[in-house]
Amino acid sequence: MTEPESYSRESKKDHPPAFYRDYKSTTFRHPKNRAIKIDHTVTEVTGPLFSSVKLEPGEGDLSIENGKEAQGQRIFVSGRVLDEGGRPVPNTLIEIWQCNAAGRYLHPNDQHPAPLDPNFVGRGRMISNEKGEYKFTTIKPGAYPWGNHFNAWRPAHIHFSLFGPAFVTRLVTQMYFPEDPLFAFDPIFNSIPSESARKRMISEFDLDTTEPDFALSFKFDFVLRGRQATPFENGA
Amino acid sequence: MSKMGVTASQTVGPFLSIAMRSEGQEYLVPKNSKNAIKIHGIVYDGEGTPVPDAVIEIWQANINGKYDHPEDNSDNELIKGFSGFGRSCTNNEGQFFFVTQKPGRVNGRGNSLQAPHLAVNILARGMLKQQVTRIYFSDEVQSNAEDPVLNQIDDELERKTLIANFNPNGGLIDEYEFHIYLQGENETIFFDV
Ligand SMILES: [Fe+3]
Repeated sequence: MTEPESYSRESKKDHPPAFYRDYKSTTFRHPKNRAIKIDHTVTEVTGPLFSSVKLEPGEGDLSIENGKEAQGQRIFVSGRVLDEGGRPVPNTLIEIWQCNAAGRYLHPNDQHPAPLDPNFVGRGRMISNEKGEYKFTTIKPGAYPWGNHFNAWRPAHIHFSLFGPAFVTRLVTQMYFPEDPLFAFDPIFNSIPSESARKRMISEFDLDTTEPDFALSFKFDFVLRGRQATPFENGA
Repeated sequence: MSKMGVTASQTVGPFLSIAMRSEGQEYLVPKNSKNAIKIHGIVYDGEGTPVPDAVIEIWQANINGKYDHPEDNSDNELIKGFSGFGRSCTNNEGQFFFVTQKPGRVNGRGNSLQAPHLAVNILARGMLKQQVTRIYFSDEVQSNAEDPVLNQIDDELERKTLIANFNPNGGLIDEYEFHIYLQGENETIFFDV
């Protein structure tokens, strides 16, 4: 029997701690015992592949609801899903959700007194193609206030959920927009210890992929965990 | 050797249900099908308060002990239509449930055999990163005793946090109860994978 090929271990610098004092809700929602490290078995190196998921046309376009256009700045968000070795992760499910241009979610618990948009739900799905590429059309989300501390505002962001090829490649993250003045004040963004890892959550404005008279464009690549013992080739 | 930096984890936030709640994803098999079981429980925080904005995801082998994935190289048989993935968003009382089949045993490392188990992801507002645990079954005494992962846990009470309690439920669908304690006296054992 061949042993399953393990995935790389996560660095504590690249990911947030379970308890981060400045993000108050972590106080009673973080385990205090140490997680038990286990070797990867067939359970961890396999994972849901969603090969039977058939997307409806339009699931990747959040900017139109029932044939009507949502309000706000239309944008494309596109890029690739990769592993740590730079290899594309094809055919993987990507789910997104976000607030509207005014900073309001279509959710009963969102009490922010900003207008709802009848033509915006804020939910989308997509499957990466053979090259690991994806592309959403949406509306640039607004910043919104939250109750974490006095005058707390989240920088504009889009929530992303990805699976990758294995149970251990699961990733839920948030994608931000360049040069947001709220970064410095946001405990969720700043919960990531490494500055370079924080910067990797910020999308890049890309003029080349904008569509004249239609939409601006932001590029964002996801990097999921890769194999531990991957031999890296040196270009040549 | 240069690796690309991974994308950091961020919380699902309070509005995860916009994308993650959809009809039927708790059902890995129909509830009146042969061998169907129900697993249900409540997610609690460190104050003992149910967590209404969490999502629980499971990944499991089928009843034959086969994962629907090319990297399961065992000879066990796939079952058409059984994907092994389920998702349940907690309700206002912090409750989640799944209707599925108890998985068969799959290989562990070396020559070991694992007890029937589900791999579990827990995500919620207030959690910056998912926590990972496993669900084992109380009526699998023998295989649990042999399980290499359970056997990494010496403390009997800690092991028990991973074991769903069987409730035969008088002829109706067999039920297993499994509560998740994010923190506190009964804190669930979580794994670093
Ligand atoms: Fe948000």
